[in-house]
Amino acid sequence: MTPPKRQRRRPKEKPAPPPPQTGKQKNPERLFVVAGPDGGERDGDLDLVTLIVARADPPPSPTPEQSALLRLCTAPLSVAELSAYLNLPFSMMTVLLTDMLTAGLVTARNPIVRQTVADRSILEAVMHGLQRL
Amino acid sequence: MDFKGSDTVPGPRTEDQLPHTAEAAVKIVIVGGFGVGKTTMVGSVSEIRPLTTEETMTQAGIGVDDNFGSDTKTATTVAMDFGRISITEQLVLYLFGTPGQERFWFLWNGLFDGALGAVVLIDTRRLEVSFDVMGRLEERGVPFVVAVNTFPDAPRYPVDELRTALDLPEEIPIIECDVRRRASSRDVLMTLLQFLHALAMAKAPA
Ligand SMILES: Nc1nc2c(ncn2[C@@H]2O[C@H](COP(=O)(O)OP(=O)(O)OP(=O)(O)O)[C@@H](O)[C@H]2O)c(=O)[nH]1
Ligand SMILES: [Mg+2]
Repeated sequence: MTPPKRQRRRPKEKPAPPPPQTGKQKNPERLFVVAGPDGGERDGDLDLVTLIVARADPPPSPTPEQSALLRLCTAPLSVAELSAYLNLPFSMMTVLLTDMLTAGLVTARNPIVRQTVADRSILEAVMHGLQRL
Repeated sequence: MDFKGSDTVPGPRTEDQLPHTAEAAVKIVIVGGFGVGKTTMVGSVSEIRPLTTEETMTQAGIGVDDNFGSDTKTATTVAMDFGRISITEQLVLYLFGTPGQERFWFLWNGLFDGALGAVVLIDTRRLEVSFDVMGRLEERGVPFVVAVNTFPDAPRYPVDELRTALDLPEEIPIIECDVRRRASSRDVLMTLLQFLHALAMAKAPA
């Protein structure tokens, strides 16, 4: 019996990177900006595996969503886990979190994403971790 | 939306909490057609009970009668299971069991582009359902390995024959597995990591 046959594909041309933004100093501590008055796009994106941690001092009058979220991330928790526990779609989760990041209620620990050249030390750490499994 | 209020939200069990030292996460996607064993694989290696993140996709209706000139939209809920493995006190690995259709992938920002790599799970009874997935990964430049989930009644092809059928270059690993077994799923992930490491070495030799 012969299996069905596939044909390999080639990488697509990467779209040109967006032009560098001028006049807007990017502060690495505050990569997250709420949607502008025009409802424009967010600046800096939350990943599924961005780790969220609540700030120590709770806000004076949090919304129910906010207090639920703050309770969940007293220890670091990924956006994906928050979305699962709070039963909120990922897109709504990021909207809620973006506001909270801007208000300084939580902090975000950015994920390590694949670069053109992968970070070997990360890969080695993951291999060691898997070995212990 | 189905928000139930802060008091009723069950969070992670104490033993499922990450240490405060956790500072970064990486992710791997497990992708494959309907029923190939994605959820089973996530569950067999995860340290937490697998969780689900959902997203709603709204699509303009196709071929809808235009009696009212309405643009009917249909909403589809797409679910993705995921699990977690703590690597060190600082580093966490997340595994996402992702639906095979590319139209779902954009629902989760950066799902593929930020992933270390992917596992393409295949079922030899329905090989062709994974053809498109592999093509999409190739187009996006996402490195992947192929894991053959061996169902008892599935045809067994020699790896060479599979490689030819899947049109995969020699360096891409193809391995058999039983995703119900933790050790087997772990071996698949290890194979992916070794492959990624070899790629990294080739691109920037030590
Ligand atoms: N015999 C056998 N059964 C398996 C194996 N892996 C998964 N199954 C079964 O196959 C069925 C489908 O597995 P799932 O893990 O739900 O597959 P999935 O890819 O998540 O499926 P969808 O999310 O519905 O696309 C389940 O009933 C599993 O118990 C395997 O290695 N061997
Ligand atoms: Mg599933």
